[in-house]
Amino acid sequence: MNSTLPPIVEARDLTVDFAAGRGMIRAVRGVDLSLKPAETLALLGESGSGKSVTLRALMRLHPKSAKIGGTIQVDDADVLALAPSALRAYRGKTVSMIFQDPSLAFDPVYRIGDQIAETVMRHEGASRAEGRKRALELFERVRIPSPERRLDNFPHEMSGGMRQRAMIALALACRPKVLLADEPTTALDATVQIQVLLLLRELQREFGLAIVFVTHDIGVAVEIADRIAVMYAGCIVESGTCRDVIRNPSHPYTRGLLSSRAHGTLGKDERLKAIPGSPPDLSAPPPGCAFGPRCEHFIDSCAADIPPNVPVDSLHSARCFRIGSSPPPHPRRARHGSNA
Amino acid sequence: MLLYALKRLVYVLPVAFGVSIVCFMLVHLAPGDPLTAIMPIDATAQQQAEMRAAYGFDKPLPVQYGLWLWKIFHGDLGSSIASGRPVASEVGRAVGNSLILASLATLIGFGFGAFFGFVAGYFRGSTLDRLASLVSILGVSVPHYWLGMVMVIVFSALLGWLPSTGAGPGGSTAWRPDWEHLRYIILPAITMSAIPMGIISRTVRALVADILSQEFVQALRAKGMGEWDVFKHVVRNAAPTALAVMGLQLGYLLGGSILIETVFAWPGTGFLLNTAIFQRDLPLLQGAILVLALFFVGLNLIVDVLQTTLDPRIQRG
Repeated sequence: MNSTLPPIVEARDLTVDFAAGRGMIRAVRGVDLSLKPAETLALLGESGSGKSVTLRALMRLHPKSAKIGGTIQVDDADVLALAPSALRAYRGKTVSMIFQDPSLAFDPVYRIGDQIAETVMRHEGASRAEGRKRALELFERVRIPSPERRLDNFPHEMSGGMRQRAMIALALACRPKVLLADEPTTALDATVQIQVLLLLRELQREFGLAIVFVTHDIGVAVEIADRIAVMYAGCIVESGTCRDVIRNPSHPYTRGLLSSRAHGTLGKDERLKAIPGSPPDLSAPPPGCAFGPRCEHFIDSCAADIPPNVPVDSLHSARCFRIGSSPPPHPRRARHGSNA
Repeated sequence: MLLYALKRLVYVLPVAFGVSIVCFMLVHLAPGDPLTAIMPIDATAQQQAEMRAAYGFDKPLPVQYGLWLWKIFHGDLGSSIASGRPVASEVGRAVGNSLILASLATLIGFGFGAFFGFVAGYFRGSTLDRLASLVSILGVSVPHYWLGMVMVIVFSALLGWLPSTGAGPGGSTAWRPDWEHLRYIILPAITMSAIPMGIISRTVRALVADILSQEFVQALRAKGMGEWDVFKHVVRNAAPTALAVMGLQLGYLLGGSILIETVFAWPGTGFLLNTAIFQRDLPLLQGAILVLALFFVGLNLIVDVLQTTLDPRIQRG
């Protein structure tokens, strides 16, 4: 990969706090991210793990009451220091976003073509006709059938898959360098999911996009990503190349996630393996390692301190005290990982 | 679009039919004979029978209804028992006056209501929101005849800035758009605008709050749109519902402002209805109610068509 290129997205010690009642809730607790041009990073985690919050922080899309800490550098811009007008110029131009549910992310009373044209007009000072022309090119590019006619559709007149294609067209309207995708396939059915993933991968190669792809679906992450970062309770607990993380999961949480998938046929009386317990309440996270209370390898030192990021391989690291001392990954998982 | 409007127009026919039956039956449901009120007490039975025959009250009800409808189609709503003048011209003038007053009141109410609603919706939970909400709650809950009287006391009696009653100088009942006449409409219009202002403000506040919480607003920000652009989208999304509410308010004000028109002696439908009720002038009452009901139906039609034009999600089928 482009290991020599400087990163285009670089977040250091990112924290996001939300006002809740009297206090604050820390939804993201010190995340480091680094992404090179044309690279895809999957942020993998369950609901409430802070993956979407992290993603939105990269665009400062949170309400004003939320506090973002740490540093975010995107394409030489210090995102957290951008003035309002510079922030508006940055959003949609340098970095753009695909939302989970395209039926909610388009304005229901405007024609799709106009919504794309609006973005082009906003960022490039183009006329409406030029904007519409660009929208048509993009519709052709994302392979929307009879694109000319579809430009005049309202969002509710399109199918889910077509709307997500239109959303991708909108996101690419101003040739962004970074694409943030917030579970873009979750709201779609399985056959459409794969089409959208393939399209995204194709467009990524063509435009040299860096993509941060948030998902809770390991299969989707493997399909699209070069690297995977597993999030738990607002922290990245493990990150590495797709291959490393799937073949050699080093954090007990990642191992738990991988073993809680169904492989092929599951016997009638066979139960799916699940991680015991439930994710911590972020208003009162457990001391030390947040996964500690659910971890089968828990030792006393886990509750004493937050584990450091321990390198496993050159590009593979995990936040666990027991790396090196923990038993090797389960052979069954390793075999399945090689299929991915 | 035109086809849709025509289709809706066809749907109006059964409604109008129902309205006409209700209006017709009003006369016959009211206790006492419609003619008792105007007959001299010492009229003989023969005179009463002649009178009934003259007004057609001796025929069976369906026949009476048919004849009544036939006349209406020819623009004849009968004549007022009290004044002897044709009901159509009395009602026509009153509707004209009420329409002017109600339109002005709705415009004022819509302007302020939409403004307060947007402010409250945008700054939900702030002091501004509470202030705007207070004004709109006062608008809907203060008794309007009382507000009217206070206005008269303050601006006519104490300050002497504006006339207190009537529609024009010298008891004129025909409104004209000049300053002399305008002075007469200010107080009733402002008083009347309190109702739609309150209701529209509450509606718009709820709409704006709902729209701002939708994901597409975040998506607009995510593609670099400024607050002004977002505002335009919010307005465009709120417009169909806000306009529908405004249209219905105009409908209510057209007929439902008896108290305010009476306080200001505004020669509109409310005033006319009030007079007709007190004088037991049934043909006048019947005609006025019919015209108002049809107006309301027509207004609903306009609102419907307008809303469909503005909101693409409403099926035109």
